[in-house]
Amino acid sequence: MGHNASPQQNGVGEFHPRVHDAITNPQIRANFRKAMDGLMEKRQQAFPSDEELERTRELAAAIRLRALSKLPELLEKLEANLIAQGVKVHWAENGDEACKIILDICNGKNAKSVIKGKSMVSEEMELNHYLEEHGIEALESDLGEYIVQLAEETPSHIIMPAIHKNTEQISDLLHEKTGTQKSRDVEYLTAEARQQLRERFEKADVGVSGVNFAVAETGTLCLVENEGNGRLTTTVPPVHIAVTGIEKVVENLEDVAPLLSLLTRSATGQHITTYFNMISSPRKEGELDGPEEVHLVLVDGGRSNIYQDDELLDTLRCIRCGACMNHCPVYTRIGGHAYGYTYPGPIGKILMPHLAGLDDAKDLPSASSLCGACGEVCPVKIPIPKLLVRLREESVAGDHRHDNSVVKGRGAKRKGMEPLIWKGWAKMHKHGGLYRSGTGLATVLWGLLPDALLSKGMGAWMSCRTMPKLAKTTLHQQMKTRQQVQASDNNQRENAGDL
Amino acid sequence: MSARDAILNRLRHRRDGALTAPVSDFSVVTEKQWSDSEKLDLFQQKIESVHGEVHRVSKDNWLEKLKELLAEKQVKNLLTPLKAQVGVDTREALADGDVELLAYDQPIEGWKAELFSGVDAAITDVRSAIAETGTLVLWPDNDQPRLMTLVPPIHFAVVDASQLKNTFHEVIMSEDWVSVGMPTNALLISGPSKTADIEQTLAYGVHGPKELVVLVRQ
Repeated sequence: MGHNASPQQNGVGEFHPRVHDAITNPQIRANFRKAMDGLMEKRQQAFPSDEELERTRELAAAIRLRALSKLPELLEKLEANLIAQGVKVHWAENGDEACKIILDICNGKNAKSVIKGKSMVSEEMELNHYLEEHGIEALESDLGEYIVQLAEETPSHIIMPAIHKNTEQISDLLHEKTGTQKSRDVEYLTAEARQQLRERFEKADVGVSGVNFAVAETGTLCLVENEGNGRLTTTVPPVHIAVTGIEKVVENLEDVAPLLSLLTRSATGQHITTYFNMISSPRKEGELDGPEEVHLVLVDGGRSNIYQDDELLDTLRCIRCGACMNHCPVYTRIGGHAYGYTYPGPIGKILMPHLAGLDDAKDLPSASSLCGACGEVCPVKIPIPKLLVRLREESVAGDHRHDNSVVKGRGAKRKGMEPLIWKGWAKMHKHGGLYRSGTGLATVLWGLLPDALLSKGMGAWMSCRTMPKLAKTTLHQQMKTRQQVQASDNNQRENAGDL
Repeated sequence: MSARDAILNRLRHRRDGALTAPVSDFSVVTEKQWSDSEKLDLFQQKIESVHGEVHRVSKDNWLEKLKELLAEKQVKNLLTPLKAQVGVDTREALADGDVELLAYDQPIEGWKAELFSGVDAAITDVRSAIAETGTLVLWPDNDQPRLMTLVPPIHFAVVDASQLKNTFHEVIMSEDWVSVGMPTNALLISGPSKTADIEQTLAYGVHGPKELVVLVRQ
């Protein structure tokens, strides 16, 4: 991943302590529980008909899969249309290259301040850090992102970045950093933030935004939002730079209608957001506002790698609604930061191993109970549980099953004796004789070992569980004895009947 | 090799071979059809559910209603289009009143500060409207630029009931946006600007208008 990783981004080895901290923090537990309960209820209300929901999901999944099936052609078409309409198109292999492209555009315009609309790809690239290191101020303008930036944190949810904070915490933060009055009045806090940000919009040299859908057919960049900061970002500054992953392209203009409907309903239960902003060109002659220059930066960042594999490909269908995290029992309890990566929750668990490498993100695919809720609510029907299992296999792989695997850092969790033990386990369960003698032997040996040693060998599993006690004899032996007893009982009864 | 060529090359030579596109069945979208009166009811209900105002007016009395609302909301000045009929009519009706009439008649660079802090409200027409989601469809142009519906705290929109379509999909297809060609900016507006970023509590007017007032002419 990027340069100068922030404290939130160092996944390896720190996952378990972070989860422990989060799970024992009552404030985090309460803030997420309340928010996720609300979001689940709102989503349910937004889909009154199961039949309509199911058919729309089928359509949306088909639209995304159709786009992916023609991805290289559609990207070229998108590029050609945008160029013809006066938009400059750039391609980046990874986040670092994309940051450099954006910096070069800013420097070319002598820009000192950048105002940003919400963009998860820019979080992935750590664009703000990069620009600031190079002397350009990058200010988030989405209220949630603004709060998170003031707190020097990263978003804890892809749709609601500041969901981990309650009103009081936000009031204290705004008071400390911007001098507003301490208040629990959300209207007051919002109005103050509006005023602070409006001044910055007026003065910003460049606006940077994300993209929700890029339409190849017409060369159109679509942005979904409620606040209006996205519209300001893409209209007020003289230069607009949109940045997006290469998978966000759709084929036809009509494709965006069902996707938009599913996106907003799945994300927050809204029938539509306040604004749907479709941009196809810079300011034309005679027009009185809008940027003179529009750029699109297309970022790969591991996506073309995921694209190679028929099963993993489904990951790229994602439209970033966040429904999977809203419905995830793990996310609800540990919150977004404990994961330690840009994308938290179920989608993060199947996406980050590719973006960061499975060796880096090896704990993520296991951070799931495989309850299946994420797959059930996904508006584009990504089989998230299936992909989690696949990535778990990849993380311990060492055999030849996926030899030309595209997963970076494959086999990172494979360790020492474990593969051998499982091989033995499999063999034992395939052969009756081995199974019987093995379990018999285990029963005897188990009783001889001290509890402390056994607990130690079981690691974290035993930290909050009691060691099971094995019976003195195996089930097979017990059944055999029982049958013998029954047989002799029957004999006695029959004998008694003779009398 | 450039990043562009390298990326496209990887996408073209998939390890698992070429993909086939599944069929997209749009019937779940296209079968959404309502009668004219249902459309109007739905439109109003959806806008009101997100804190927007809807007033049903007639072609003859809408300017009276507008004057009433301007007074009620204590609007001191109003940004109006110069060419669109809605603007021409509004300017004529308010010519002798207390509300100062403003025009977006120069590039934003010339009056950014004034627009950002000195304008109370703006009035625009719409290209069409969507019943299913309570949505206004706008294609901003030289007469009604993009920031007109975004920066002033109140946005008055004038919609004719005959402009109501069932769905966004119907708007795109029936108005044939692809053949007509997309404008610099096409816009859907469904209510006032809002946020729920502070503990899920809704607050209005975070960046854009705090009030959206729709006059539906029947």
